[in-house]
Amino acid sequence: MNFFLTIVLDGLIQASWLFIVALGLTLVFGVLKILNIAHGSFYALGAYIAATAVTMVAARGLPPAVGFVAMLLSVALIASAVGLLLERGLLKMFYGRDEVVLLLVTYAVFLILEDVTKLIWGVNPIYATQPYELFGNLEFAGLYYVGYDLVLIPISAAIGFAIWFGLNRTVIGKIVLAVIHNEEMSVSMGVRVNRVYAIAFAFGVLLAALAGALSAPKISMQPGLSSDVIILSFAIVVIGGLGSVEGAAVGALLVGLARAASVHLMPQAELFMIYLIMAAVLMFRPEGLFKRETARRI
Amino acid sequence: MKKELHLPVMIGLVAAATLFGRVLPTWTLSLATIAASNALIALGIVVLARTGNVSFGQGLFFAAGGYGVALIANAWGLTDAVAQVVIGAACGGLLGLVIGPLIARYSGIFFGMLTLALSMVFYGALVKSTALGGSDGFNVGRPSLFGMSFTDPREADFMLYAVSVIVTGFAGIAATILFKSEFGLASLAVRENNLRVEYLGISANRVISINFVIAAVFAGASGAFALMAQRHIDPQFAYWTTSGEFVFIAVLAGNQSVAAVFVASMALELVRSFSNLYLPNTWQLVLGVFLLGVILFLPGGIGSLWIGKRRKRSTLATKEPLAEKGAAP
Repeated sequence: MNFFLTIVLDGLIQASWLFIVALGLTLVFGVLKILNIAHGSFYALGAYIAATAVTMVAARGLPPAVGFVAMLLSVALIASAVGLLLERGLLKMFYGRDEVVLLLVTYAVFLILEDVTKLIWGVNPIYATQPYELFGNLEFAGLYYVGYDLVLIPISAAIGFAIWFGLNRTVIGKIVLAVIHNEEMSVSMGVRVNRVYAIAFAFGVLLAALAGALSAPKISMQPGLSSDVIILSFAIVVIGGLGSVEGAAVGALLVGLARAASVHLMPQAELFMIYLIMAAVLMFRPEGLFKRETARRI
Repeated sequence: MKKELHLPVMIGLVAAATLFGRVLPTWTLSLATIAASNALIALGIVVLARTGNVSFGQGLFFAAGGYGVALIANAWGLTDAVAQVVIGAACGGLLGLVIGPLIARYSGIFFGMLTLALSMVFYGALVKSTALGGSDGFNVGRPSLFGMSFTDPREADFMLYAVSVIVTGFAGIAATILFKSEFGLASLAVRENNLRVEYLGISANRVISINFVIAAVFAGASGAFALMAQRHIDPQFAYWTTSGEFVFIAVLAGNQSVAAVFVASMALELVRSFSNLYLPNTWQLVLGVFLLGVILFLPGGIGSLWIGKRRKRSTLATKEPLAEKGAAP
């Protein structure tokens, strides 16, 4: 029983940050119809910025709590700026082209960001462990957990709820939903779709970077981080259905639990398991678990 | 607008390219070998892309070919280069035969994601399989040719160059013939509108499957070349960034001309080695900017530089009606 609990808790901890990343990816796809390969790079960018912020704060001798706040603020600021800049400066030029072309554009952005992070932060691993001790250790059912890990679960649940609430219960959210459902009609009703695009993309980048910042204290930042993360978040959104918030939550839970279960039961099958789930979902429900099938347009 | 095939000319070109390797300096020789091998797999992607589907998981067949050859080479001591290429192509093709019909039902982004997922499943399995060396992979011996073994490194490089250029050249000729054939034109039609193709009595799924198998065969052979050039194999062969690079070459080339694939592949290798030399650590940046530039300014790929003009001339001559633009998507 304890063993089972360990798997579930580990899975939840994994799922918490995966959900935030996947949320950004699914939002960008829903609104802009872009499958953003560079999404993992924004996660890495957030993690690196967070590391810099944490180290700067620690160098001044300030407590880790300040570092935690500073890292979230700096990441939020820089990520939204980068997102807006990229959408207005680059992606805008490719709207109306084939979705595969847009996929390649984001692949190019991924390549560029990969080297930009290397140029700024170097190739050696970077750590930002100070905030990790912020919430102490907790004993839970005879097992010891780092408080920071457990705090991530409610944080990500809160972010998920905020997004769901924002989309379904506010005017701006309704406008975004309208653009997701039918862009042409929204334009004719007077929605400034360009602005929705820019905000949605920036928000997607922000979510990825925020997830990076939140997991920065737990991991070591080094090249290759982005390509690992994008592969996981792809799997999640495809399992849940591209463009669906609930789907991202269920996908993140499935992937988090599958990862935790295979780490504890069958370590050799970790990545294999996740992609097997994804391939199986695609085979039987290509639209993902949570997306309603749409009529085929000819 | 069926243009006649200058078969002797094309074979002559392949022969000339092979002999040209005699005068090339050694470093260009191995570069050209990699370029030819990459061109082969990118050619497969172009073949498949003519049906409107872009595979982001050609690394799967690339790795299948590479691992198949490496295992057989180590188990039975088979070192013949030509035999290795055939085995690589067969491994890729067999896997393609299994996966192709399953995957042909999907299109667009789902097709891309599913191919990517399958290649990552393979990657995940390879990394964890200790029998195959895990993430470190394993080494294989030097290839030979028709019983001759090459101890002089320059001779060995030239042999590999010759085999890869000849195989890729003939694959290119085969692809040219394929593009002009009825089947090749049906593939283009599937991309334009697969429902109409079905109404005409052609199975779109079958067209996609066959193109998929062709792409898999090319990818498997390419994996054999990569193995022979590096004499080492590891799971990186199946990783998604490897597949991304091949898609990159295909996009650079566009899907109108076979020759463009070779030009694009060579261009990529040159850009890579020069930026490695002068801008170490930033070749991906250069590559990314390059890719954006091509998508923005040359949407039809390098091939559109010369094919586009010819098309325009022939459409003017025959007064073909232009494809209706802005019709319902």
